[in-house]
Amino acid sequence: MKAKYQGELTFGMIEPAAGLNRALDMRRSDIISEISKSRMRGRGGAGFPTGTKWNLAAAAISERKYVVCNADEGEPGTFKDRVILQEYADLVLDGMTIAGKAIGAEEGIIYLRGEYAYLRSHLEEVVEARRNKGLLGAITRGSTPITFDIRIQMGSGAYVCGEETALIESLEGYRGEPRNRPPYPVDTGFNNFPTIVNNVETFAWAACILAKGADWFTQVGTDKSTGYKLFSVSGDVEKAGVYEFPMGITIDDLLKEVGGTGAKAVQIGGASGHCVPAADFKRVMAYEDISTGGSVIVFGPDRDMLSVACNFLAFFVEESCGQCTPCRIGNVKLLDGLKKLQAGTCSMTYLKELISLGETMQIASKCGLGQSSPNAFLSIVKNFKEELMGRVSE
Amino acid sequence: MLLTENERLRQNIMEWVDEVNYDRSGLIPILQKVQKKYHRVSSYAMQVIADALDIHPVEVYSVVSFYSFLDEKSKGRFIIRLCQTISCDMAGKSRVARQLENELGIQFGQTTADGKFTLEYTNCLGMCDRGPAMLVNDQVFTHVTPEKAHEIIEKCRQTFGVFALQDQERIG
Repeated sequence: MKAKYQGELTFGMIEPAAGLNRALDMRRSDIISEISKSRMRGRGGAGFPTGTKWNLAAAAISERKYVVCNADEGEPGTFKDRVILQEYADLVLDGMTIAGKAIGAEEGIIYLRGEYAYLRSHLEEVVEARRNKGLLGAITRGSTPITFDIRIQMGSGAYVCGEETALIESLEGYRGEPRNRPPYPVDTGFNNFPTIVNNVETFAWAACILAKGADWFTQVGTDKSTGYKLFSVSGDVEKAGVYEFPMGITIDDLLKEVGGTGAKAVQIGGASGHCVPAADFKRVMAYEDISTGGSVIVFGPDRDMLSVACNFLAFFVEESCGQCTPCRIGNVKLLDGLKKLQAGTCSMTYLKELISLGETMQIASKCGLGQSSPNAFLSIVKNFKEELMGRVSE
Repeated sequence: MLLTENERLRQNIMEWVDEVNYDRSGLIPILQKVQKKYHRVSSYAMQVIADALDIHPVEVYSVVSFYSFLDEKSKGRFIIRLCQTISCDMAGKSRVARQLENELGIQFGQTTADGKFTLEYTNCLGMCDRGPAMLVNDQVFTHVTPEKAHEIIEKCRQTFGVFALQDQERIG
């Protein structure tokens, strides 16, 4: 299993517009079957099958539909989308245009996080160049002419807007508060029109799948998690950066490639993911085991896991939209509990209460943020209890 | 003809509202433009936008208060946002933070008395492989050390006063 480091990713070997040109000559239903056949699942982390999503949006009957690219990459430890947008923007726009044809949309929107404002001018240049080449706007080169154009809208510094319904709220000019689902965006999305929201990486792979065929994609990975995946690796490693691995790689193998052997724990999936202790490094990163959007943060032997947990919880306290009680209050209580542990004033009874609170938040929160925010707390408490209890404050 | 600041603001807003065809979904782009040009979204601006889009000013306020890059209070010409999330934290963000405070003589969350600098923490900037990272307005700086923090601030300072004309667009 050879790692591909940034600069040598598969994306660099795919000819831009190859996938799009092929898709333009295909029927809409054939494009979707190709994506479905690849069994690709969303690269943002949630892992919803892309083909199914596109199919639902294609089946919806509406005068207007939208393709939205979720470039609100806010998950701590994730930066692959930044690299993709910097280096392979054409592939992403190919993917969006393919999706536009597949579902019958004429407008695409890239929702770019405010922190990435410095990428905007580059993306706008790429969009403009494509318009001049006839790859956006009125696209006449395929078997049936289509119309599809893309605009960029900036976020304004809110992590929760990476959640697809919050992102749509933000696009519509509201607070980024997640909606109840159902109805799903494929049915009732931007301005109530059917909308697909896919991650940056998902669109790029979609373009590759159309270029190389679904079989090329299913050759690698596992049965349930096909294809390649980009991983953003940071923390206590020799060589941090973006790596490409087939899905289903073990944590051990990944650590060997990135120079992170000897780690005490690895946070998979960012702040909302899980903290995996060294004993579990044989586990695999795939949708059937540890599902991930590709964030890998490595903790060396000397890291204090309690301050790691504090950092994650402080993040959620700030980023909770405040709409539902379990998330708004729960995260504050969990952080407060961690501070008690730091001060050495937390009883085991209280810690158990906090664990039960965390489990309640996982069930009772409205959106993915609140449902996953206790993950880091719970897994760190479970795996590093020894380290956490009985502290003597300095 | 001389325009007062409020008249100019109103004129700008009406142009920007026109660009989005008076559509509610253009609200955030309009607010971003106001924030960028005037370094704040004043209650007067919110009122004008609300009137133009035919929504209640409270709705505009609710949006401004939600997003961390929009602010009713005036911010500095340079907004320095240091990433406080885990990877940058492990890479030594605390020392950079201390140095920034020392250089500017303010704490995080404050703006210098001359209105030039605002110092803030922000969450993950997506530069986890090159931490500690910080944004100065829209521009990102990586592998920031205490020494580099000083240099960056000096560079910002050079855009004031007699250097203002030639260097204004260089940073941020």
